[in-house]
Amino acid sequence: MQNVYLWIVLAPLCGAVITGLFGPKIGRSRSHLVAISGVAISFLLSLVVVYQHILNGAAPYDSTVYTWMTIEGICLKIGFLVDNLTAVMICTVTFISLMVHIYTVGYMQDDDGYQRFFSYISLFTFAMLMLVMANNFLQLFFGWEGVGLVSYLLIGFWYKRESAIYASFKAFLVNRVGDFGFLLGIAAVLMACNSIDYAEVFIAAPMIARSTIQIIPGVDWSLMTLICILLFIGAMGKSAQVPLHVWLPDSMEGPTPISALIHAATMVTAGIFMVARMSPLFELSETALSFILVIGSVTALFMGFLGIIQNDIKRVIAYSTLSQLGYMTAALGVSAYPAAIFHLMTHAFFKALLFLGAGSVIIAMHHEQDIRKMGGIWKQMPITWFTFLIGTLSLVGVPGFSGFYSKDSILEAVYASHISSASFAYFSMILGVFVTSFYSFRLYFTVFHGETHIQEHLHETPLVVTIPLILLSIPSVVIGAITIEPLLFDTGFGSSVFVAPDHNVLGHLELVFHNSISFGLHGLIGLPFFLVLAGFGAAFYLYLIKQELPELIKQRFYKIYNVMDHKYFFDEIYQLFFVHCGQKLGTVLWKFGDAGLIDGLLVNGSAQLVVWFASMVRRLQSGYLYTYAFAMIIGLLIFLTWFITTH
Amino acid sequence: MIALTDYLMLGVILFCIGMAGIFLNRKNVITMLMSIELILLSVNFNFIAFSRFLNDSVGQVFVFFILTVAAAESAIGLAILVVLFRQRRTINVTDFNTLKG
Amino acid sequence: MLSELPLLSLAIWFPVIGGVAILFGGDNPKFTRLFALTVGILTFLISTQLYTEFNTQTAAMQFQECIRWIPTFSANYHLGVDGFSMPLILLTAFMTVIVIISSWEVVKHRFSQYMAAFLIMEGLMIGVFAALDALLFYVFFEAMLIPMFLIIGIWGGSRRVYATFKFFLYTFFGSIFMLVALIYMHDQAKSFEILDFHKLPLNMHEQMFIFFAFLLSFAIKVPMWPFHTWLPDAHVEAPTGGSVILAAITLKIGGYGFLRFILPIVPDASAVLDWLILTMSLVAVVYIGFIALMQQDMKKLIAYSSISHMGIVTLGFFVMFTLHRHTGNFSGATMGIEGSMVQMVSHGLVSGALFLCVGVLYDRLHSRQIKDYGGVVNSMPVFATFMVLFCMANAGLPGTSGFVGEFMVIMSSFKAGFWLAFIASFTLILGAAYTLWLVKRVIFGDIRNDYVASLEDVNHREILMLSLLAITVLIIGIWPDLLTSIMHATVDNLLRHSTLTKL
Repeated sequence: MQNVYLWIVLAPLCGAVITGLFGPKIGRSRSHLVAISGVAISFLLSLVVVYQHILNGAAPYDSTVYTWMTIEGICLKIGFLVDNLTAVMICTVTFISLMVHIYTVGYMQDDDGYQRFFSYISLFTFAMLMLVMANNFLQLFFGWEGVGLVSYLLIGFWYKRESAIYASFKAFLVNRVGDFGFLLGIAAVLMACNSIDYAEVFIAAPMIARSTIQIIPGVDWSLMTLICILLFIGAMGKSAQVPLHVWLPDSMEGPTPISALIHAATMVTAGIFMVARMSPLFELSETALSFILVIGSVTALFMGFLGIIQNDIKRVIAYSTLSQLGYMTAALGVSAYPAAIFHLMTHAFFKALLFLGAGSVIIAMHHEQDIRKMGGIWKQMPITWFTFLIGTLSLVGVPGFSGFYSKDSILEAVYASHISSASFAYFSMILGVFVTSFYSFRLYFTVFHGETHIQEHLHETPLVVTIPLILLSIPSVVIGAITIEPLLFDTGFGSSVFVAPDHNVLGHLELVFHNSISFGLHGLIGLPFFLVLAGFGAAFYLYLIKQELPELIKQRFYKIYNVMDHKYFFDEIYQLFFVHCGQKLGTVLWKFGDAGLIDGLLVNGSAQLVVWFASMVRRLQSGYLYTYAFAMIIGLLIFLTWFITTH
Repeated sequence: MIALTDYLMLGVILFCIGMAGIFLNRKNVITMLMSIELILLSVNFNFIAFSRFLNDSVGQVFVFFILTVAAAESAIGLAILVVLFRQRRTINVTDFNTLKG
Repeated sequence: MLSELPLLSLAIWFPVIGGVAILFGGDNPKFTRLFALTVGILTFLISTQLYTEFNTQTAAMQFQECIRWIPTFSANYHLGVDGFSMPLILLTAFMTVIVIISSWEVVKHRFSQYMAAFLIMEGLMIGVFAALDALLFYVFFEAMLIPMFLIIGIWGGSRRVYATFKFFLYTFFGSIFMLVALIYMHDQAKSFEILDFHKLPLNMHEQMFIFFAFLLSFAIKVPMWPFHTWLPDAHVEAPTGGSVILAAITLKIGGYGFLRFILPIVPDASAVLDWLILTMSLVAVVYIGFIALMQQDMKKLIAYSSISHMGIVTLGFFVMFTLHRHTGNFSGATMGIEGSMVQMVSHGLVSGALFLCVGVLYDRLHSRQIKDYGGVVNSMPVFATFMVLFCMANAGLPGTSGFVGEFMVIMSSFKAGFWLAFIASFTLILGAAYTLWLVKRVIFGDIRNDYVASLEDVNHREILMLSLLAITVLIIGIWPDLLTSIMHATVDNLLRHSTLTKL
């Protein structure tokens, strides 16, 4: 199997290297052929992995590829850990990546950077696979930063746009703030266990849980809480949780396939995956779990609100992604790791579908993204319309669709949890369901229904675009119903996630779960579904029937609108406190500290002191004989006096 | 009887006049030369006074040496002065400060 | 057969003689550069022999050569390398080849002297790393200033005189104190052997004095905050090759001095005064990081980033004492020291590469100001790829060499104390901020002006030198064991030395 795993990772890398280095030589069609086949190989092999591990129940595979470095008996290795969790992730990642690769052929066909784009997305697939297949923190960090790098390159793909390169810079920096915590977390793990291999760390975990660390002298902190929170800060950066979420909406400057692949389906879920992978650590710290839960639920609700007032088709979906990531994070907080991964997977499908659908609309509209200029295009673009509708229904959680199963199990899990602040989380997340439904249908109605604002006749996009949409819409509908039972309640994730007995919220759920059909039927009378309907109704009324009403509401509640329009002023505050103050500080340190104090006063100052001193003693050399004679006499007198007085 | 101290006092007075001549004189090089001669003279006075007082003639021998050297020195000094005057058309001391640092 | 040759002497004197030969060889650029390249490559091949024949199991000095030199002072011509000096010699030889390629057709003025200066410089720097006799070390250490003085002073920019004098006086000022310390120890040990100094018992008072004497010398060389202000000036005024050598090798001599002299000779003083070094290092990381952010001149920015990265190096050297105080043992210290060594080598490659990149731009537009560029990627896509790669390495991206050292030092310092690692980790954010902001302003964006539009992409020669560096940076990033495995024995030995009290 080792070769299979190795090739899953290497095939996209080969694709990336070939298209990256030789792209201009081999031409467009051969470039995309190479890149697509690389990812396709990966995907097919990942099916083998899924078959082996999930269906056949093969034992987890944990082995080293090569030793990165050995030091003080600590072996830092590059290796693979493949278990059910990894298998799900690999399969999701490679499938979405494959779809996006195919879609790109259509989406980017007129772009000059065609080969470069393929090289980047293949490289991204490689880095993401390294991340999910890692068996140690070092490789995890490699993949972690690797996906960050590619995300940086891809957000700034259209490097002529000032806004795009600004967004890419911002994304990398905000991620770096997260990585700052993550690296410290890894250091803490290394300190505690003297190893950064998952297996060894997990074995040592109960021991860490008992130890404390003094960060501020005299105050004992639980080492495990520290580790978990530091690691989670990394996840907050990558998975765009409040307050490190600011980069994700801006990242929509990148080409749409990227928004689908990186900023919706895969990279942003790396944080979720990481926490699930680290479940043996997180389970041992209630504090960290509560922290995660609060951050997740706040993100889920408040980022959802922002989706309501956006007018850029991609930004609406981006805020929806933020909100859904909040749901996943909250699921982690209540120890429902399988539910989080389950939602991660379904979300990957339907969110990729929504983004690619949005991309399809954007292509048809000649790169117009403002939803106010769209409307009533459902007849002209039937495939896009229908698949987009499926994605929307799945996102809002209509019973039967994938999104329903995952989101409802998260809600149930939060409801069942007794961890502190779980009730707050439940409240905000159930409210989030309404918000999700409202902004999703708002988007859907404004884009596809209502009166049209477009003069020309639109054409449905070509097959390379629509086929991925169709292929993605199938799992968006059915994957939830099929996999909920094996993933959540059977031995689905098996040994790859660990849940402490008193955190076992999914166990409560299992007691009332019979099969996916009854779960879906039960959902029809549940509170979430009513909220979905309420959201639907509200959107229907406001955006199809009384279209002047939203404007009135906006004016009536202008203050609230203003706060939301500025995204709660996060950007402004960061701009002021970090960017502006950082630059001020830099200037002050440079001008006053370096140029003024050290260089001016001390270095050039001492040079000038020598000059000054020389110019002083220079005056003694008057050139007149009588001054010299006078000096001699005075000197003589002083010496004489000294001689006489001492003897 | 003129005591030794009286001689020495005279020597000191001469010396001080010479010193004052050097320090206070800002004009004339010749005055400076003369002041130096005065200083030398005060030294000679001391030599002679001590020689008489101690009954040691070596002091007087020294005085002769000094006088000879002083005479030679003032001759050379005046000669330099003449050359200097030819060069600079002045013997004003304040004009001679090429040693200034 | 090769191992029987005096490899170290060859590596020192071959380039020096080559350089002198060029000086007397007349002014034919075509011949000169071929000759210089041949000498450079041969020296590099000689130094690779050091790597292949190096015995990683022992901490003893290898490839030793010892000839009586000045019997009156019991000074010997004693050469030898261990796990610290060997990688640095390799780096020196490698970077010199790169520099020769980089100045292939760029330097027009007094070309043969330029080449000669670099070759002589190479020999002297290898001499610094290979010398086992303190007096010999000192001679190489000082002699090395002369070619660099000339390189900046003759081929430098408009304020070159100010920069050269500052550079020269600053470093010279520091090394005077080192000389005093060396003479003092010679009086005690009756020998100039560095290895004898390691065993020399010294009381606390003496150790303090020697510590500060060495510190002044090496802190200026590294340079550590607040002795760093000569570096930005020197870099800005130096020609491209000069900047590369200055950043890649000369700074490393300071770091090497810490390992060869301060830690083993005055361990007790180091243990007492480690807070001083740690403070200086952490201030360098943060304070200089902020300053680098605001630079308008590309070379100055990279120079400041060098200071910041060297802060990580000195942090890694001295973290072991805090480590011992907090945990009672030295586990983690090896990681700090080796991390610092890797960081030095990596910084040599990466900052050298960045200076070359700036040089490539400077050769075309004759400006180093960030505001004169913008959208370079439009006209120079290949160059932009390299530049982004090296900038990422500078920001410490995993997979490049820049990550390895920072990672190891941060891991080690976390063991010593949370706040040490916390502050040191700011390099992650600040490093990314200033380097990527540079990338954003210079490389990306729309074409700023007609000059940028008229830029020609890198030619084959420039691709060659940049890809050599890129490959090395990636190899070290992907498999650092190549580099660290040769240091283990030496680091263990150093730890043994510097943990035994001399009192």
